Amino acid sequence: MDETRNVKIQVSGLSKVFGKNPKKGLELRNQGLKRPEIFDKTGLTLGLSNINFDVYEGELLVIMGLSGSGKSTLIRCLNRLIDTTEGEIIIDGENIPALSEKALLECRRRHFSMVFQNFALFPHRTVQQNAEFGLEIRGVDKAERKKIAQDSLTQVGLDGWEDAYPDQLSGGMQQRVGLARALANDASVLLMDEAFSALDPLIRKDMQQELIELQARTKKTTVFITHDLDEALSIGDRIVLLKDGEIVQIGTPEEILTKPADDYVRRFIEGVDMSRILTAENAMRKVRSTARVGDGPRTALRKMRDHTMDSIYVTDNDRKLKGLLEVDAASQAIEDGAEGIANYLTQDFRRVTPDEPLQNLFAMFSDKSFPIAVVDEDQRLLGVVVKGAVLGELARAGDQ
Amino acid sequence: MEITRIPLGAWIEGGLNWLTSEYSVVTRAISRVTQTGIEVLNDGLMWLPEWALMALIAVLCWRASSYRLAIGAVAGLALIWNLGLWNPMIETLTLVVIATLVAIIIAIPVGIGAALSERLYRGVMPILDFMQTMPAFVYLIPAIPFFGIGSVSAIFATVIFSMPPAIRFTALGIRQVPVELIEAADAYGSTRGQKLFKVQLPLSLPTVMAGVNQTIMLALSMVVIAAMIGADGLGSEVWRAIQRLRPGDGFEAGIAVVILAMLLDRLTQSLRRTRAK
Repeated sequence: MDETRNVKIQVSGLSKVFGKNPKKGLELRNQGLKRPEIFDKTGLTLGLSNINFDVYEGELLVIMGLSGSGKSTLIRCLNRLIDTTEGEIIIDGENIPALSEKALLECRRRHFSMVFQNFALFPHRTVQQNAEFGLEIRGVDKAERKKIAQDSLTQVGLDGWEDAYPDQLSGGMQQRVGLARALANDASVLLMDEAFSALDPLIRKDMQQELIELQARTKKTTVFITHDLDEALSIGDRIVLLKDGEIVQIGTPEEILTKPADDYVRRFIEGVDMSRILTAENAMRKVRSTARVGDGPRTALRKMRDHTMDSIYVTDNDRKLKGLLEVDAASQAIEDGAEGIANYLTQDFRRVTPDEPLQNLFAMFSDKSFPIAVVDEDQRLLGVVVKGAVLGELARAGDQ
Repeated sequence: MEITRIPLGAWIEGGLNWLTSEYSVVTRAISRVTQTGIEVLNDGLMWLPEWALMALIAVLCWRASSYRLAIGAVAGLALIWNLGLWNPMIETLTLVVIATLVAIIIAIPVGIGAALSERLYRGVMPILDFMQTMPAFVYLIPAIPFFGIGSVSAIFATVIFSMPPAIRFTALGIRQVPVELIEAADAYGSTRGQKLFKVQLPLSLPTVMAGVNQTIMLALSMVVIAAMIGADGLGSEVWRAIQRLRPGDGFEAGIAVVILAMLLDRLTQSLRRTRAK
């Protein structure tokens, strides 16, 4: 991963044993016993075992696993709704398991907002009062918290519902209130515990999309729990895959799909719609040759011949994409006796960013046969995607 | 072979005697305060003309529930007035109100404690079972050495008899608050106090009010029985009717008790419903 990113939360050696005398469970674990054996011997449940991962500042990290994998336990260990048995959770230099009661309250107020699977809205409070809850707990004065809560309700599209009670809202709207309550709090980390699992599939897709946009806009460090791989792949910057209380793999969605760590992960990713997950970056090839804006037509033509291309992308000295020169246009320039090729370029081609889903590229190929240019925000040419590569990439991912 | 009879009764009497003599300062102080409370409330209610109090209650019923309850209340109270049982009714109402207040003041904190501490819960529940199953008359006997014959003893016995449901329902109500709401409160960094007053108590209020309703009903029944140790009110009317073998008088007073009970019950239940939303 990107080594330059700041680590927001560092989890190391984290284990959790449920039951009396949890140390006994850890001893057996250290002797190499697995969860079912420990349970048979002692009645203790090894909820989490030696969990290590980092959450980077500003990322959306998905913790994904089936029921019983320990994901709910893990997210609750982060803000210590559940006490850990051993290990460290460091956030901004504070080790959460070691905090005093008082310091823990302070830490929760400053660092954590939480969104719950079944919304966990307070039924005796209005939408507005629910959104204000975290601020009220922190002792923010009335006028200010009203304003902040109002802003966050607007952000989630609940203008005009301030005075309604939660039971008057649909499930999707209730979870928006849950989200508004978390946003209003403005803690440094957003914890989402199966936040969209109780929603209808369509509403769920909308909420996922909104979360992605919100997260891109606010750069809020987010830890999102889900049992749904599709959800994990479509919203996560990185995914932590849990199984039976242990981490199986940590990686970006692409890494999980293209380099599954073991058979378990491989079985998991079967049936995922690859075209939606893979992006232009996966199918992108290096450009075999480019022409410079300052090149003469003959130079450009020779580059095309050398690489048996019938068109060539033209960049400036900063590798910024200026246009496309077709072989006919190059011949024309030579006939005209032109010094440069700048006036013979066409803009009639497609350019996309690396994160464009592969799915969208199919449609672009139908009208022109030029390779699609992949550029970054500064219009620098990163590579090209040719039609065969898209299909090839899909087939390859599908096979694995 | 003869087995010695365990002198359980003697022990209890010894204990009660010890309490009476050791804590006479306390019991006398309690007695004085309670007596004053009874007199003030009683005089206040008596000072109001009958029609004024009826109007007041009617408005309360109407606001809290419906015009139907208000009409019923006026009709019932008018009957009591007509039967010449107005003053005993007021005396009974006074005892019920004071006993209930005292019971609630003790019961709600105990109920909260029992809900939050498993140990306290396990300690309190058997005591509540004891308090509820012991025949109510038995409480009257130790009340006399503590507070003498009269209304204060009646209050004492009534408080003990009527308190358990309020404790139970309070504990139950708080324990019934969904775990995820507690988690939500915790996750945002609530202190115990914030959690209690902003989440647990408001959400358990309907259940707590059901307990208060039960306490009022039990208090009413006990206050009537307490006539045997000299409490004033409708109970003493019934008691007199028994002694003189006058069933008509007894039923009149009994009907007045029923009317008062229904009125208090409907009123507190409607308060509970309006609070619930």
